[in-house]
Amino acid sequence: MHLVLIGNGITGVTCALTARQLRPDARITLVSAESAHHFSRPALMYVYLGHMRYQDIKPYEDWFWAENRLELVHATATGLDTAAKTVQLDNGSVLTYDKLLLATGSRGRRGSWPGSELAGVQTFVTLPDLELLTRDTRQGVQQAVIVGGGLIGVELAEMLAAKGMAVTMLIRDARYWGAILPAEEAALVQRQLDAHHIVTRYETELEEILADENGRVRAVRTTTGEELPCQWLGLAIGVEPNLDLARAGGLETDKGVLVNEFLQTSAPEVYAAGDCAQLRAPAAGEVAVEQLWYTGRQQGETVAYALCGTAPRPYRRGTWFNSAKFFDLEYQTYGRVPAEPDAGEHSFCWQHPTRNALLRINFRADTLAVTGLNVLGLRQRHDTWAAWLQAGTPVTEVLANLGTANFDPEFFRQHEKAIVAQFNQQFPQHAVQLRRRKGLFRV
Amino acid sequence: MTSAQTLTADAPLPEVAGTEKLLLTLVGLGLLLLLPATFDADAQRAHWCFFAALGLISVGTLSWAGWKYGRKPPGVHHHNLWQRASTSRGAVAWVTGIVLTGFYVILYWFSSPDDQGNYGPLNQLVHALDPFSQWLRGRPSDQWFLYGTFYTLAILVMGVRGLLKYRHSPYHLIRTGSLMFFQLGFAFLLPGLLLAFQRPEFYFSYFWPLKQDYLFPDTVGYLLKDGGPALGVFMVFWTAVISFVGVPVLTYFFGKRWYCSWVCGCGGLAETAGDPYRQLSDKSRTAWKWEVRIIYSVLVIIVLLTALLWVGASGAVPALAIVTQPLSQAYGFVIGALFAGVIGVGFYPLMGARVWCRFGCPMAAYLGLLQKHFSRFRITTNGAQCISCGNCSNVCEMGIDVKQYAQRGEPIIRASCVGCGMCSTACPRGVLNLENGPRENRYQGSQLIHADSLRILS
Repeated sequence: MHLVLIGNGITGVTCALTARQLRPDARITLVSAESAHHFSRPALMYVYLGHMRYQDIKPYEDWFWAENRLELVHATATGLDTAAKTVQLDNGSVLTYDKLLLATGSRGRRGSWPGSELAGVQTFVTLPDLELLTRDTRQGVQQAVIVGGGLIGVELAEMLAAKGMAVTMLIRDARYWGAILPAEEAALVQRQLDAHHIVTRYETELEEILADENGRVRAVRTTTGEELPCQWLGLAIGVEPNLDLARAGGLETDKGVLVNEFLQTSAPEVYAAGDCAQLRAPAAGEVAVEQLWYTGRQQGETVAYALCGTAPRPYRRGTWFNSAKFFDLEYQTYGRVPAEPDAGEHSFCWQHPTRNALLRINFRADTLAVTGLNVLGLRQRHDTWAAWLQAGTPVTEVLANLGTANFDPEFFRQHEKAIVAQFNQQFPQHAVQLRRRKGLFRV
Repeated sequence: MTSAQTLTADAPLPEVAGTEKLLLTLVGLGLLLLLPATFDADAQRAHWCFFAALGLISVGTLSWAGWKYGRKPPGVHHHNLWQRASTSRGAVAWVTGIVLTGFYVILYWFSSPDDQGNYGPLNQLVHALDPFSQWLRGRPSDQWFLYGTFYTLAILVMGVRGLLKYRHSPYHLIRTGSLMFFQLGFAFLLPGLLLAFQRPEFYFSYFWPLKQDYLFPDTVGYLLKDGGPALGVFMVFWTAVISFVGVPVLTYFFGKRWYCSWVCGCGGLAETAGDPYRQLSDKSRTAWKWEVRIIYSVLVIIVLLTALLWVGASGAVPALAIVTQPLSQAYGFVIGALFAGVIGVGFYPLMGARVWCRFGCPMAAYLGLLQKHFSRFRITTNGAQCISCGNCSNVCEMGIDVKQYAQRGEPIIRASCVGCGMCSTACPRGVLNLENGPRENRYQGSQLIHADSLRILS
C-alpha cells in the first residue's frame, strides 16, 4: 500500500508517524514544496530572533526519516488525477497512490489593498516568508507597520522590535485580540506591548499602501487618515487554506477542502486534514476550519486511521486548549473562555495587583461546573484541567484543589490563597476552603 | 541570497549602543592589562596592572550586565545568541577558546615553582596575590591560589550577571546564589582558612569520585595525620559519608541537581561564566552515544583505580606497588588536568560549558545512575501543549534533546540532566517543570497526546 501525504507540516508528519505504527509494511511518501524536512512552524520566529538556527527547529534529526522508512520528496504537487490515483510533481515525476492525504496547510491572507504587492510587504506563515523577511529587513528598515492584532501580529512585533525597529500595530478591534481575549487579559498584554515600546493604533485599519520610486513600501495610510512612514509592512490578518491542488483535482472546496468526520474529501481514497480542511458538519461550538498546531496534530493522527483502513475514527477535537507567549507573558487556556461570558455563566477573574499574573475561571451559574480557564503569567497543569473540565467539576472543588493544577517552577510565588480569598469575597454563597497548596515533595 | 541554513546568520542585528560598547571596552581593557601584569619587568607596576585589570574586568562586566539586563523587563533574554560571534562559534569564540586553553596548559604544566619560587609565565600574577594570600591563608600565594581567585571571581561576577538575567525566576535566583555561596565559602575561603590554621587544604564541597584522591589511601593517610585527631578524622568521615550515603539520599529526593547545579564548583562555573555558551552543546544522537561510552568508562576506571590503590596500600599484593603510582598519576594527568581543565573549560566557547560534566565527570556518572534508577526527580511535560519549537533542547547545556520527550508528552528522566531548570524557563508554552514526585508511574506520560513509539532515541 502506498500512502502519499502532501505537506510535511505537523499534520502530514503526525499522520506519517501514526501510519507507520499502524501499518509497518506500508510505503509512505511525504511531499513538501516548502522544506526538505519537517520543521516547527511556531518556532520560525526564534530563528529570526537568533535564539536558534534553522536546524534547531527541526523536531527530528535528518536520519529519522530514513530509519523509519518515510520517503521525503521536496517538490511541488501540481496536479491530481483522482480517477488514475496519481499526483503530478513539478519535477516531472508522477506518484501513484493508494490513499492520498492533502495536508497542504495555509498561507497568509494578503487582503486587497492597493499596493499590497509592493516590495517590503508580506505575510508571515511559511519558511519562504521568513527568508523574504530576513532579506527585506536586513538593512534600511527603521520603521515597520504590522496590520492585525492577533498571534502572528504580536510575534512579528516582538521579532522586529528586538532588532531595533520602531513598530506600529494597526488593530481593527478596540483591544488586543479582541475577538478572543476578555478585556482584563487584553489589558495585561497591552502592558507588554507598552513595555516593549510597540505603538498600537486601535480601531484603525489599513487604507492604502504607498510606494517609493523603487516600488518598495514607504508608508501606509490608515482609515483614520494618518500616514505612517514605514520601510516594511507585515500583513497579519489571518491565514487561508492552500487549495490549489484540491481544485486541480476537482475536489469539492469551500473555504477549505470539504471533508466529512473521517476527514474524507469528495473523491474516493483522498483525505484532507489540518489547516486546509473544512469540516462539513463541525460539532456545536466548534469551527469548520481551524488553523492551529494542536488541531493539526490531532487531525493528522485521526486521518492516519482512515488512511490505513484500520478502524477509522471520527475526528473529535476534545476539550479545547491553546497557549501563546506575548513577549514575556505566557498564556494558557483550557476549555472555553469567550471574550464575553456566555449567558448562564459566571466569569471569575483574579489579577495580581502589581505583577503580570491573571487567572480566570468560567463556570456555570446553576451547576457551578467549570467551563474554561485563562491564565497569564501562570502555568497550569493541562491534564488536571482537562479532567476537571471533562467531568464538569464544580468551581468550589476546583478552587479548593487549585494547588494540584499549579505548574509553576519550584520557589515561584504561589497565589492560590489570594485567588481563593477573592473568590470567597465575590461569591460568599459558595465560599471555599483551600485544601491543597503545591509542595516541593509531590507532583 | 538567504537559504534556510543561513537564515539566522542573515537576520538583522540591532545596532550595539554606545553605552554597551563603552562597557565592553572596559572589560577588554582589563583583559589587555593582564599582559603588562604578566610581562612588565617592573614588578611593582605589574602588580598595579594586575589589580587594575581585575577591577576593570569585574566592574565592566557588572555594569554591562546591569545595563544589558537590568533595564529590560524581566524575562527570557536569548536574542541574537546564534548571531553574535562570541556565542555562536565565531572568531571571538575561537580566540576566547584558544586563550582559555592556553591558560590551562600554562597553569597545569608550565607554572610549577622552581627552587627560587619562580612560577614561570604566571610568576608576576602569582606574586601579585601574595598580600591577599598572606592575609587569608597565612602563606605566600601559589599558582593554585591564583587559579582559585580567578575561578571564584568568575563565578561571583558572572553569577551576578545570571541573577540579573534570570531575575524573573526564583528558581534561578536561589540556585545561582547557592552556587556562588558554595564556591566562595567552601571552595575558596574555608580551604584558605584551614591552611592559615596549619590544617590540610580541604574542600568540603568536593567529593569522591570527582575529587578522586579524597578516598585514595595516600590522601586519607595525609588527612588523618595532618588534620589532627578530630578534624582529620572528620574530613575522611565527611568524604565517605557524603560519597556513599549523602549522594544517594539527596539524589533520591531531588535528583542530581542538588549537587551539579547547586553546589559543585565545576557546575558553578558552567552555570555562571558558561551561561552564554549553553546552546553550543551537541544535541545529536551521535553525541549521546559518545557521552555514554566515555563517561561510564571514566567511572569504571576510577572505581577500579581506587580499589587497586587500597589493595596496593594493604600490601597484600606487593607487585602492585610498581603500577599503582603511575596509574594514579596517569589518571590525574588525563582526566583531572587534560579533560576537566583544558578541555572542560578551555572549550567552553566552542562546545558549551558542560563538556566535562557531560562526557567526563565520574561524579556526574554516579549521580546520573542514581537519578535515572533511584530518584523521585523528573521533568514533567504539560499535557499536549508542546509545539516542538526546540527552545528547551537549545538551552540544554547537557545536550539532551529535551523536545523529543516534550513533543511526545513524556517526562524527561535522563541520567545526564543536571536540573539547571533552563528548559523550563526557556519554554514559551510553559510545558516543562522540574518535579520531585512519587516513584510510581514516574515514566507515565500525558494522556492528552499519543506518543509515537517510532525509533527516535535508540
